[in-house]
Amino acid sequence: MAANEDLATTDIHAYLDQHQKKDVLRFLTAGSVDDGKSTLIGRLLHDCRQVYEDQLDTLQKDSARHGTTGAGKLDFALLTDGLLAEREQGITIDVAYRYFTTPKRKFILADSPGHEQYTRNMATGASTCDLAVILIDARYGVTRQTKRHSLIVSLLGVKHVVVAINKMDLMDWSQDVYDQIRRDYVDFATKLEFVDLHLMPVSALEGDNVVHQSENMPWYHGPSLLQHLEAVHVASDRNFIDMRFPVQYVIRPDLDFRGFAGTVASGVMRKGDDVVVLPSGARSKIASIVTYDGEREAAWPPMAVTVTLEDEIDVSRGDFIVHPGNIADHSHDLDAMVVWMSEKALERDRQYMLRTTTRAIPIMVSEISYTIDLATMRQQEAQTLELNDIARVGIAATKPIYYDTYQRNRSTGCFVLIDRLTNETVAAGMVSGRKAVKRESSMATGRTHKSLVTTEDRADKLGQNPATIWLTGLAKSGKSSIAYALEKRLTDSGRIAKVLDGSELRSNLSRDLGFSAEDRSENVRRAAAVARLFNDTGVLCIAAFVSPFESDREEARDNVGPDRFVEIFCDAPIQVCESRDDEDAYGRARRGELAYFPGITVPYEAPRSPALRLPTSEITVDQAVDRILALLEERGFVRKA
Amino acid sequence: MTNSFDYSLSNLEQLEAESIHIIREVAATFTKPVMLYSIGKDSSVMLRLAQKAFHPAPLPFPLMHIDTTWKFREMISFRDRFCAENGFDLIVESNQEGIRENVNPFDQGSNTYTRIMKTDALKAALTKHGFDAAFGGARRDEEKSRAKERIFSFRDKHHQWEPKRQRPELWNLYNTRVNPGESIRVFPLSNWTELDVWLYIHLENIPIVPLYKAAMRPVVERPSGLIMVDDDRMRLEEGEVIEERLVRFRTLGCYPLTAAIESPATTLPEIIQEMILTRRSERSGRLIDYDEAGSMEVKKREGYF
Repeated sequence: MAANEDLATTDIHAYLDQHQKKDVLRFLTAGSVDDGKSTLIGRLLHDCRQVYEDQLDTLQKDSARHGTTGAGKLDFALLTDGLLAEREQGITIDVAYRYFTTPKRKFILADSPGHEQYTRNMATGASTCDLAVILIDARYGVTRQTKRHSLIVSLLGVKHVVVAINKMDLMDWSQDVYDQIRRDYVDFATKLEFVDLHLMPVSALEGDNVVHQSENMPWYHGPSLLQHLEAVHVASDRNFIDMRFPVQYVIRPDLDFRGFAGTVASGVMRKGDDVVVLPSGARSKIASIVTYDGEREAAWPPMAVTVTLEDEIDVSRGDFIVHPGNIADHSHDLDAMVVWMSEKALERDRQYMLRTTTRAIPIMVSEISYTIDLATMRQQEAQTLELNDIARVGIAATKPIYYDTYQRNRSTGCFVLIDRLTNETVAAGMVSGRKAVKRESSMATGRTHKSLVTTEDRADKLGQNPATIWLTGLAKSGKSSIAYALEKRLTDSGRIAKVLDGSELRSNLSRDLGFSAEDRSENVRRAAAVARLFNDTGVLCIAAFVSPFESDREEARDNVGPDRFVEIFCDAPIQVCESRDDEDAYGRARRGELAYFPGITVPYEAPRSPALRLPTSEITVDQAVDRILALLEERGFVRKA
Repeated sequence: MTNSFDYSLSNLEQLEAESIHIIREVAATFTKPVMLYSIGKDSSVMLRLAQKAFHPAPLPFPLMHIDTTWKFREMISFRDRFCAENGFDLIVESNQEGIRENVNPFDQGSNTYTRIMKTDALKAALTKHGFDAAFGGARRDEEKSRAKERIFSFRDKHHQWEPKRQRPELWNLYNTRVNPGESIRVFPLSNWTELDVWLYIHLENIPIVPLYKAAMRPVVERPSGLIMVDDDRMRLEEGEVIEERLVRFRTLGCYPLTAAIESPATTLPEIIQEMILTRRSERSGRLIDYDEAGSMEVKKREGYF
């Protein structure tokens, strides 16, 4: 802008100072050439004086030759429209990035073609944007395409949206036309999750309300598009609450320095903070936050820093450093929205590589819940996914994935899928949460043989309905004692019951596992699978596992089947558990000899709504068993004795 | 909760963080990366960012300069001094066959000369050393066709850029997987503009080749611009006179192919001021783009940056 250049002329040092401090807004434009998108961008660049003289010369020549805007006028669309080479090569798959600056802000504009391949392109462009400008042609109002664009923008979590109602010059600058479109759009947009929505009437061709305010529409009192883009506040959009530091690279120049380099994904980390490393569960403190420009007291997103820890613990690329009171959820099974980006359709029995933060994990798409028909906005069934499909899917991973939901955390809730053979990026995904795995589909291949004997047949024969009685609680909270006493009482009364306990499982099926968070999750997953087999044979299974994480227990519940999973919380104060500990496990944990010990070095997440809570420091084992039996009778798992 | 206003980063701070993230990602996922060093201002910024990425450790990869043997002499002396001072591991490669056959910008024309001495030399050097990732300092705002270039630009076994095989880039998740023989060109400065680069050089006090600053230099005036006579290999056309003029360069390349501009700007603020006020596309100082329509596109497909 003129003021910009003036300052550069009169006081270059003040100008430099201003430009070194200004921030950046990343935005995208959605709309087709017909909506006047290219004209709008061209106008924005031109009126911000971001078009160089030689480009302007070319533009004038081209406007005279190919322009569609009439004699003497510049056809701004020619500034941005398809390159010659691009048309020849048939590249329609691309997002073009353009840059311009004003005294207030630098702008990075992701410009994606609005017609063909728009889903893939818009998703790509939107993934890094803070704001989207959606264009509507005032002659046609809210169209299917407007809705499509809005949905994609919403899906990708863009919080700020500007709807520019363009070509007002062709509608006699009519306020009625604008108001009608405005009402239609707002009505539609209530279904979408835009935090901040603005609408404005513009004429890209004439320049009204693009950079300068319109004189033709005195009834509009809001800002011009550029004024809005300069003012919109985006710095607080990031998640500053949940500290997530994905380790990207280990820096070890000599034996004295071991730093973990990475980009702060979310939250604020400070020197001296207590931290937990996932998945190992190892604990330490941040000793320093190192940069080339000196040590820092704190770091926040999207800073790229290097962290050193006070203790010598094993940390490598792909690990998460988090605060102990705020650990990322993890699960083998995720529920996610994906945009399919490959010309090759999804193959259900194929493994893909899931890339999220700094990790890569082999996964399979276990389920397609539905695809969204962008024309009607309706959900529909689908057997596979093809280019530009948007779908809700289940992801089954070979090991637990640490995640936050995309809605809460755009940096840790996103992923891409990569074909392991061609290395093509085939999909982009956003995590909605943990996937509740249906029992029928928990076998990823689906190739299980159907038994001729039903669980009901067995229940009739045995006179009991199988259930998994899942005892969770701190170490030494009384789980095993209660489990074995319960097994005895059930057996004595003619029931068939079997205890599945942690130490037993670890001596055989899980003997390859250690005690990291990841391994504990895996152990719980295996326990649930075994419990389910017991139940399928009609046996009551009494599972005694510390199982400190709610997400693991939820996964177990899904795996066993929610209707026969009975969660029982052995609730004893940690002091009591510790006093019963004759093996000194608590002592070793407190001395730092056990890296991962629920209640001491990592939190134990108490069940929020257990079927039964047993205050095991206040009641006897027999009393505990009485209460469990009463519950099982009440729920109809066993007949009253 | 602390006010999140306190946690904002400036444009330059965000660009710096993004570039460091990209550079680290390459170091972490590729077997044998290299940073292409062209001695220009963008290379200087890229190098500073790499130093920042691995501090306090040295760079975990070498630098490589493709020497066409027609670079300004000041560029070469700057390169050697700068790399020695900073302890960089520098590889210099040239097309030896081209040198033997005396390929030069006068006889072959800029197009053929650039292909042989720059593009072919680069491809041969990458193959010779087995590099699977090569950093370049290109920016998207430099030239129209670069607006769509990926940050991680995929190249096949012949170092060629296939528009249809480029991968979508979402968030800051980069697909770094390649098969043996294939490689990636990485552009950490993709989102920087010319103004950003100059501001950063100014702010960070990054050393640059003196040719960027105005001085009295021997030049001849040609329709394509002021060409500096850097050594006695320069061939004068009939009637051309060597004059001493106060000139500087907006971009640096091979001296017979890089036009100077008349300028009194001797300090960085003056250079930036001039850049803002002159408003000419940066690459108009470089002659190779004008060779033929869409020339940059063609060069890129062949493997030029």
